[in-house]
Amino acid sequence: MLLDILKILLFPGFAFLAAYAFLLEYVDRKAYARMQNRVGPPWYQPLADFFKLLGKKVIIPRNAGKRTFAALPVVSLAAVATAYVSVPVWGRAAIVGYEGDLVVVLYLLSIPTICLFLAGFSSHDVYTIMGAFRTLTQMFAYEVPLFIAFLSPAVLAGTWSITGILAFYADRPLLALVNLPAFFIALLSAQSKLERAPFDAPEAETEIVGGALVEYSGRYLAFMHASAMCELAVVTSAIAALFLPVLTGFAAADFALYLIKTLALLLLLTLLRASVARIRMDQMLNFCWMVMTPMAIIQIVVNLFLRGGLGL
Amino acid sequence: MSERDGKFVLPIGPQHPSLKEPCSFKITLDGEVVEKAVVEIGYNHRGLEKACESRTFVQDLYIIERVCGICSHAHTSAFCRCVEEMCGLLVPRRAEYIRGIVGELERLHSHLLWLGVAAHEIGFDTLFMYTWRDRERVLDMLAAIGGNRINYGVNTFGGVRRDLEPELIAEIGRVMDALEEKLKYYFELALVEPALIGRLSGIGILRPEDVRRFSAVGPVARAAGIMDDTRIIEPYGVFREIAVNGVTDDHCDVYGRTIVRVKEMLESVRLIRVMLRELPDGPISVKAPRRVPAGEILIRVEAPRGEDIHYVRSTGGDMPDRVRVRAPTEANWHGMSYMLEGFHLADVPIIIAAIDPCYSCTDRAVRLTDAGGSSLHAWEELRRLGIERYQSLGIDPSGIRLREFPRG
Repeated sequence: MLLDILKILLFPGFAFLAAYAFLLEYVDRKAYARMQNRVGPPWYQPLADFFKLLGKKVIIPRNAGKRTFAALPVVSLAAVATAYVSVPVWGRAAIVGYEGDLVVVLYLLSIPTICLFLAGFSSHDVYTIMGAFRTLTQMFAYEVPLFIAFLSPAVLAGTWSITGILAFYADRPLLALVNLPAFFIALLSAQSKLERAPFDAPEAETEIVGGALVEYSGRYLAFMHASAMCELAVVTSAIAALFLPVLTGFAAADFALYLIKTLALLLLLTLLRASVARIRMDQMLNFCWMVMTPMAIIQIVVNLFLRGGLGL
Repeated sequence: MSERDGKFVLPIGPQHPSLKEPCSFKITLDGEVVEKAVVEIGYNHRGLEKACESRTFVQDLYIIERVCGICSHAHTSAFCRCVEEMCGLLVPRRAEYIRGIVGELERLHSHLLWLGVAAHEIGFDTLFMYTWRDRERVLDMLAAIGGNRINYGVNTFGGVRRDLEPELIAEIGRVMDALEEKLKYYFELALVEPALIGRLSGIGILRPEDVRRFSAVGPVARAAGIMDDTRIIEPYGVFREIAVNGVTDDHCDVYGRTIVRVKEMLESVRLIRVMLRELPDGPISVKAPRRVPAGEILIRVEAPRGEDIHYVRSTGGDMPDRVRVRAPTEANWHGMSYMLEGFHLADVPIIIAAIDPCYSCTDRAVRLTDAGGSSLHAWEELRRLGIERYQSLGIDPSGIRLREFPRG
């Protein structure tokens, strides 16, 4: 019991998530800079940014809801951290794995987006409200393909636990290839969930100055950023567990593989971010509903038939 | 910042990340669609035309150089040609060639800057970084020629102040080779990259009849198929000897303006090569008189942003009686509201950027004589109004003592 709590709090739980999120942000920013022919930040830059913001003065807009304004960063970060304990990191089992944790993780990952919407809406500023509505509109567009893409491997594996899905595909690695379309849909939806280019219209600085977080400052802004970074870590970890089931059987080696897989996924997302322009909201909606959702539905239908055909 | 009939009025500016200089756009939004756009310019009035009238022609040259932070050479070229025509000076051929080379280098750096800004406006920061990296090479060449990256100070009345050494000519040639390769890559990128085409095409439409109605100039007009390149329709200087291949496009939108600018850069590279190859020997300037004969003149020069018009009137002294600078942006502002309305909020920054606006080059004080009531104030009246305004905000600045300035 005590060991479990230590696991959740330290490794591979919250403390590790925070450290790893900082590392991922560094890799993301450095790789992005190198792709743009820039030098990029030193390794401690994300940490320095975080601590600098912690020491800055907090200004809460006069007509914003003070409690909501202050609570949102905490709620957002808590939801992301809770999702992380159900994702396998050390070895092939998550710290807290149970039947149905996949759905719980997906719902927990929606909370930061809703927090972002509420943050923008409660700030009562024209730019934050535009950003908030864009965040919400975008969420309705990508959430469907994201859910279907994440559930496709679960349907084939016949279990709704991330640990169970990983174990299923680790025993039958070739079957994971079936989920390749769902893998790409999951990557693209993850990119829009994290509001990174080309799906960064909700925080487009050249149009709405930065979107929902314009009025945030000081430690609240630091924690909003931290929760976005942690979300990146959790989403890449979940995609790695669901779609890249390469395991060795040795816990430490699996952990090394986990690091390699998540870093590779992050670099893919960074490459995407560096090589495209921001698309408009209407283009984004069209893309999600006309391309990604039908593809995801085809994938889940194929997986259903395959499950029946293979007699699993 | 207000909400009327369920419609947002979103202010873009005077301070906004997508604007490089202060300017205000009041965007009335119906959802994401721009219903009405009001352009308010006038935050950058510097009174430089008036400043020119109280200084000598030679001093004015350095004011004119600072009209624009990008196309400084185009403005001095126009102003020098005004003075040279009035004095009847014959500029040496070598000087005309050097002016042409610097002018085309300036067009390259201006268009590369624009491409980067445009890419940033649509969230494509990688292209922004790439084009600005390449622009550095051009700026290095300009610095090597004139000693400065932006205000090179190459032009003077009767010729140029700096000569091109053979090593520099070879170096410019090498830079052109490297740049041409990059430009061709950007051109292909603009033709095939779907997100880029999706963001640029079909927005900010200005058809040929609208171009005439709003008297748009430069790449905005050329993207609608109207050839208004002064270097072609009214060749001056070196362009009387070296023909320019005009670039037009028929997309009529932001995409067309992008294509026109990238093609113009390739044409500039070709022109620089030809001019470097055929650079004649001889002097680089003739002596200009201090006093300019009485008369008036209007000169057109093709700046990177379009047609730049300078008007100079002299009464025979060493100071001009009147200087009028019509920067190309001034002609392009008129169609701006029309271009913005009906498109998405996301398109607003790129549509504004697509005319390559140069705010401070444009702002002039205008006195409306028949608009009912003068809006011109004397200094004391302006001060009184300012104090009243601040008193209404609860601040009382009336106790502040001002030093008296002598005013003519």
